[in-house]
Amino acid sequence: MTTSHITAERPAAAPGDDETPVLEVRDLHVEFKTREGIVRAVNGVNYSVRSGETLAVLGESGSGKSVTAQAIMGILDSPPGRVSKGEILFRGQDILKLSEEERRKLRGPKMAMIFQDALSALNPVFSVGNQLGEMFRVHQGMSKKDATAKAVELMDRVKIPAAKARVNDYPHQFSGGMRQRIMIAMALALEPDLIIADEPTTALDVTVQAQVMDLLAELQQEYAMGLILITHDLGVVADVADKIAVMYAGRIVEQSPIHELYKRPAHPYTRGLLDSIPRLDQKGQELYAIKGLPPNLLKPPAGCAFNPRCPKAQDICRTDVPALVPVTEQDGAELVGRTSACHFWKEQIHG
Amino acid sequence: MTELTKSTADAGTAEPAAAPAPAAASAEPAVARVTQWGEIRHRFVANKLAVFGLVLVLALFLTAIFAPLIAPQDPYHQDLTNTLQDPSGEHLLGTDALGRDQLSRIIYGSRIAVEVGLASIFLACAIGVVVGALAGYFGKATDSVLMRVADVFFAFPLIIGAIVIIMAMGRGVMPVIISLAVFSWPTVSRLLRSSILSVREADYVHAARALGASTSRIIIRHIIPNSIAAVMAYAAFSVGGAIVAEASLSFLGVGVSPEVPEWGNMLAGAKDFLGVKDFLWVYPSIAIVLTVLGFVFVGDGLRDALDPKLR
Repeated sequence: MTTSHITAERPAAAPGDDETPVLEVRDLHVEFKTREGIVRAVNGVNYSVRSGETLAVLGESGSGKSVTAQAIMGILDSPPGRVSKGEILFRGQDILKLSEEERRKLRGPKMAMIFQDALSALNPVFSVGNQLGEMFRVHQGMSKKDATAKAVELMDRVKIPAAKARVNDYPHQFSGGMRQRIMIAMALALEPDLIIADEPTTALDVTVQAQVMDLLAELQQEYAMGLILITHDLGVVADVADKIAVMYAGRIVEQSPIHELYKRPAHPYTRGLLDSIPRLDQKGQELYAIKGLPPNLLKPPAGCAFNPRCPKAQDICRTDVPALVPVTEQDGAELVGRTSACHFWKEQIHG
Repeated sequence: MTELTKSTADAGTAEPAAAPAPAAASAEPAVARVTQWGEIRHRFVANKLAVFGLVLVLALFLTAIFAPLIAPQDPYHQDLTNTLQDPSGEHLLGTDALGRDQLSRIIYGSRIAVEVGLASIFLACAIGVVVGALAGYFGKATDSVLMRVADVFFAFPLIIGAIVIIMAMGRGVMPVIISLAVFSWPTVSRLLRSSILSVREADYVHAARALGASTSRIIIRHIIPNSIAAVMAYAAFSVGGAIVAEASLSFLGVGVSPEVPEWGNMLAGAKDFLGVKDFLWVYPSIAIVLTVLGFVFVGDGLRDALDPKLR
């Protein structure tokens, strides 16, 4: 049914990389038990991130991108959620086999997560300095005074003006952009190898979005972390991501190095996403929208999950689930890192 | 919203009306620091009834602490030649059937009231917070079992249940405290449980988990501080209720020993002289009413001040 194809590991241009990726997700399945039945939120996801590399995971609400991230972090609400199949290799070790306590110890020092809405992701009753310092007190047993000093240092690193004066302020006293910086500082505190940012800029206005993305990219390069950037905004990722995985209905439908995806999408869904970005040079024309709604994961459509909305759907799309296969040039030459889960990827990419 | 609270806090001292808008629009730094507790205090103090309640409660505490200094006479001293005296210069609130000074007994009675009220609610909160936190955080079977146990205690009428326990333990202050706590904790645990159920799903709890916080740490640092407000307000409320319950038990003759100066005991002694020597029941009743009102107003004020939704 699902392919367990693993993206070919190639030495990428990223600096200081080694052969084993920081994180590799293999054939991950996550399901939720609900009253109405089992919702298969993630159906065989494969992706990997190396040190210093940024993977953007793109998809609309309900495509399984956040659930995949929660499964990696080990913070799935379970029950009802549960990883039913697959492996999550962190530096080559399958962390799904670790005990709950061992996984907890990975969170913070080894992998950390940034949330969408920093106001609700920070505890309202403690000052930001206290919360930043907590990372050091809990994981490194630092004294309160040293931890606060570290907190100020971190706030400086994420470019919060007057860090020293503001370390005792509460989350609600900061602006949205500043709060997200604090969230980033918390995730960075213990210099983890992997950071998952779940729509880190969605709650921010456009100018601040760019600043926060730049900051994130800069710090990621500096610490040579692997970064998984979850987003539904193609515009946000173009400048910072190295490669992209497009998810639909719990599957990856296309993977590609970032710039090639914009030039030549190999899946009709990606095409649709790109076409629905408003463009200045198409002023006056009606904006393209993908017809229909995302599928109900309780009753996913037979065959390719995208077939009911696909403008190019054929009979085979309604019966057979397309495997995620490598995409090649017209002459058969390999396109490094590119895969597509469309029966007609050739037609899509080569016209 | 944030700027709003800040500017209203500033508005007290600064120019009204025109001033807040530009102040809110200006850059973030240089705004006076408003701490969480500062804000809560500010809202509490703005509530006149709450301040009045606090004055009553403080008066009660001071009376209890300094009873030996304030009381004009020994509350145990019987003067059988001077029984049932009307209020006079010598006995400001009169004397009871055994010739004991009423004022002194009321003053000393505050000690039992404070002792039993605070201790029983403290104990009830200690049990209730632990049970409620476990039930709320772990949910499922833990929740069902703990809440059914709470239901059992909840189902007992307080006074009757307390009488049973006191009968088993013997009379005295301690049995009264324990019996009141035993039947008060279910309310605390239910309150905390329901507020934890909502806080548990908060993003900062997920975030804390994602950054490696342990379960106990999440409960102590993230969940309790954000859901304890309701319990604190309830505790303040119910100290008043516990004092009434304690007085009722004594009135029924199952509380503290009858010779101890205690408001319920005084009422019990006064009931034989209803309509004849009314000062005997009026003054202890006033003491009880003022005490209960004080705690209720403080509880009300606390609830409003702590409610994060009003922030």
